[in-house]
Amino acid sequence: MALHFANRLFPTPVDVAGHIWVLATTSALVPDFAKTLGRAVIAFIASMVIGMAIGIVLGRVRWLDRLFAGWVVVGLNLPSIVVAIVLYIWLGLTEFALILAVMCNKVPLVVTTIREGVKNLSADYDELARAFRMPLARRLRLIYVPQLMPFVLAASRTGLSLIWKIVLVFEVLGSDGGVGFRINTFFQFFDMEGIASYTVVFIAVVLILEYGLMRPLEKRVLGWRTARA
Amino acid sequence: MANGPRLTLAIHEKRYPNLAQPVLEGLEFQIAPGSVVALVGPSGIGKSTLLRLIAGIDRAFDGSIRIDGQPAAEAPPPGLVFQDSRLLPWLSAIDNLLAVKPALGRDAAIGWLDRVGLEGFGDALPDQLSGGMQRRVALARALAVNPKFLLLDEPFVSLDRRLVGEIQKLFAELIAAENSTAILVTHIVEDAAALADRALVLAGRPARVVADLPLRTPPAARGPLEIARFSEMLAQKLNESAT
Repeated sequence: MALHFANRLFPTPVDVAGHIWVLATTSALVPDFAKTLGRAVIAFIASMVIGMAIGIVLGRVRWLDRLFAGWVVVGLNLPSIVVAIVLYIWLGLTEFALILAVMCNKVPLVVTTIREGVKNLSADYDELARAFRMPLARRLRLIYVPQLMPFVLAASRTGLSLIWKIVLVFEVLGSDGGVGFRINTFFQFFDMEGIASYTVVFIAVVLILEYGLMRPLEKRVLGWRTARA
Repeated sequence: MANGPRLTLAIHEKRYPNLAQPVLEGLEFQIAPGSVVALVGPSGIGKSTLLRLIAGIDRAFDGSIRIDGQPAAEAPPPGLVFQDSRLLPWLSAIDNLLAVKPALGRDAAIGWLDRVGLEGFGDALPDQLSGGMQRRVALARALAVNPKFLLLDEPFVSLDRRLVGEIQKLFAELIAAENSTAILVTHIVEDAAALADRALVLAGRPARVVADLPLRTPPAARGPLEIARFSEMLAQKLNESAT
């Protein structure tokens, strides 16, 4: 498009690459990404820990699951922008409000995935553990965790992509820095080169996380499944 | 070499909450140390339920099961072979043995796998092994846990008959070598006739022992003719109890 519409709204890949270099060396690109990444990591870890704990409890305790199933559905369908605005009004435009808003959106997803994983735990393996009098710590390590890992990884993968996007939207809405904040600034000036530069770097970071972290982790943890294929 | 344990069983009643009728009722028998007893009966009669009670997996019943004087649930774990091998697919053959008995150590685990004819397959994952090989790993795991007291739940189901003969031979040799007390649950009379030195026929609803049949010749010395004769006798008992 950039070749056919020579216009500042359609920068060429070469222009974008050059602009990335300029932004990285002279501007706030690195601090912005560090800020957004930091927020995403904190929100991700907190969401996973809380979501997994709640998911395990709801998966094991039927009456609690029945009691809170409706709330989980509400949490899943609550518009994320509403949560963010409400929390910003209540808590101010703070770091804590932003991370809490992201968590409110992510936790129900983790709860749902992990709850299904716990419900799918094999009764046969449980019986095996009881027959051979395996202590709880060993059961957890060798029987329950391996069965839950596909669900944990699925929740992590969807969680990472969702959290990235939500953090950016919330940064646009109200933040003192970060990728979303910067893209909003570029938007004010119709700076397509800036937007494209941040988008390209953003995609690169996501791909690095996918191929540098998620895929190797998946291969290591779920490698045994390939024996089945 | 010391024999396996003595089992004393008296079950007044075993029922499941969702069923009106008990599954087992009025069962009482003893199993002498070092003997192999087959629990024979049609599918769904409650044989596996009984085995789960003996294994101490299910403690909800009215009665008592003692293994060398100890309640079954508190006795050392038995070497249990499930109907479906039930290996942990994310662990190698060696790790499947170590999962249930870490104190065994890697060398001893390899030793048990060698004894069941799986030399060189210790690092294989269960899904990389054939059905017969998986059954052998399950047997090695049971032996590693408690070679003196084995509980075998339909261990030959879904295996082809050639493989059954091979694995039965292995079972008979290992049980004889360890002087194990073993309980074999099966609905296939030929399997009971090949391995056991006593057969308890279960029948009725709720299930009871309707026949207690000893077989004097040791399994290793049993010829095809004797196996066929004993199978016929067991089948006849099963038919009688069904009518």
